[in-house]
Amino acid sequence: MMNRLLPHPSLTVMIVLVWLLLANDFSIGHLVLGLIIGLLVPRFTGVYWPDRGRLRNPRAILGYLLVVAWDICVSNIQVAYLVLFRRADTLRSRFVTVPLDLRTHDAIAVLAGTITMTPGTVSADTSADGRSLLVHCLDTDDPDALVAQIKDRYERRLKEIFE
Amino acid sequence: MTFIGELIVSVLILTGTFFLLVGSIGLAKLPDIMRRLHGPTKSTTLGIGATLIGSMLYFAFIGGGLSLHEVLITLFLFLTAPVSAYMIAKAHILRSGSTQASLPATGRKTGWATFHRPVPTGKPAHRDPGTSGKAT
Repeated sequence: MMNRLLPHPSLTVMIVLVWLLLANDFSIGHLVLGLIIGLLVPRFTGVYWPDRGRLRNPRAILGYLLVVAWDICVSNIQVAYLVLFRRADTLRSRFVTVPLDLRTHDAIAVLAGTITMTPGTVSADTSADGRSLLVHCLDTDDPDALVAQIKDRYERRLKEIFE
Repeated sequence: MTFIGELIVSVLILTGTFFLLVGSIGLAKLPDIMRRLHGPTKSTTLGIGATLIGSMLYFAFIGGGLSLHEVLITLFLFLTAPVSAYMIAKAHILRSGSTQASLPATGRKTGWATFHRPVPTGKPAHRDPGTSGKAT
């Protein structure tokens, strides 16, 4: 019964929150409207997420966000220096392959998004079996250290959150 | 108090604008598509982020009334920017022969998903004759 009414509780909560933020105003009317949408959307989109991910450790999300925010600030300054003061043809840009320990789709999607949003790296493709990630980096002289950093800083934390 | 608030907001907006400018310069200056992708994805993080935090602080302390639209803008940007960058990269890899030649091996039995049909995870990998990771 609970499952039929609320097939995806976290999605419902998310939709209600986004709805209230869109309205930019908290009132009972908006809350009810958001709840109606939050209950209907998971019902009708259920077929598109046959195996939905579970958050094993939601409390670790805050720490992950802080680490990513800090890295974004630091590496933005590094890349700004590269763009402004280095000649483009001296940049050692290259692709690197990051082997993945993550297995769930959601965790891999979050990792790929994080890699793109942290400056200096853009995730470009996955292997056909979804077990390694193609990352393009703007300037590196030590690809192995870059891979190790991605695995240690982001992937390990995501594994704690999702798996 | 108002002066300090305005000072903080100005610093945040100037920081954001600076990084947005750097992102645009990168977009114009860098020589190929893969490197150019770094410009826009960079400016959306710290550039837009600092500007939006400045906007939120302004409306919270000076403009009157808390505004949370900025949280949504950040959320949607962080959801859409990596996906579009990913699709641009994939389209570029598919089109450019020299980029394909520079791709590293996947380290797996299958190639990159742009060239090989994805196999469901958890099942044994589909064996392809040319499995070096590059398109054959």
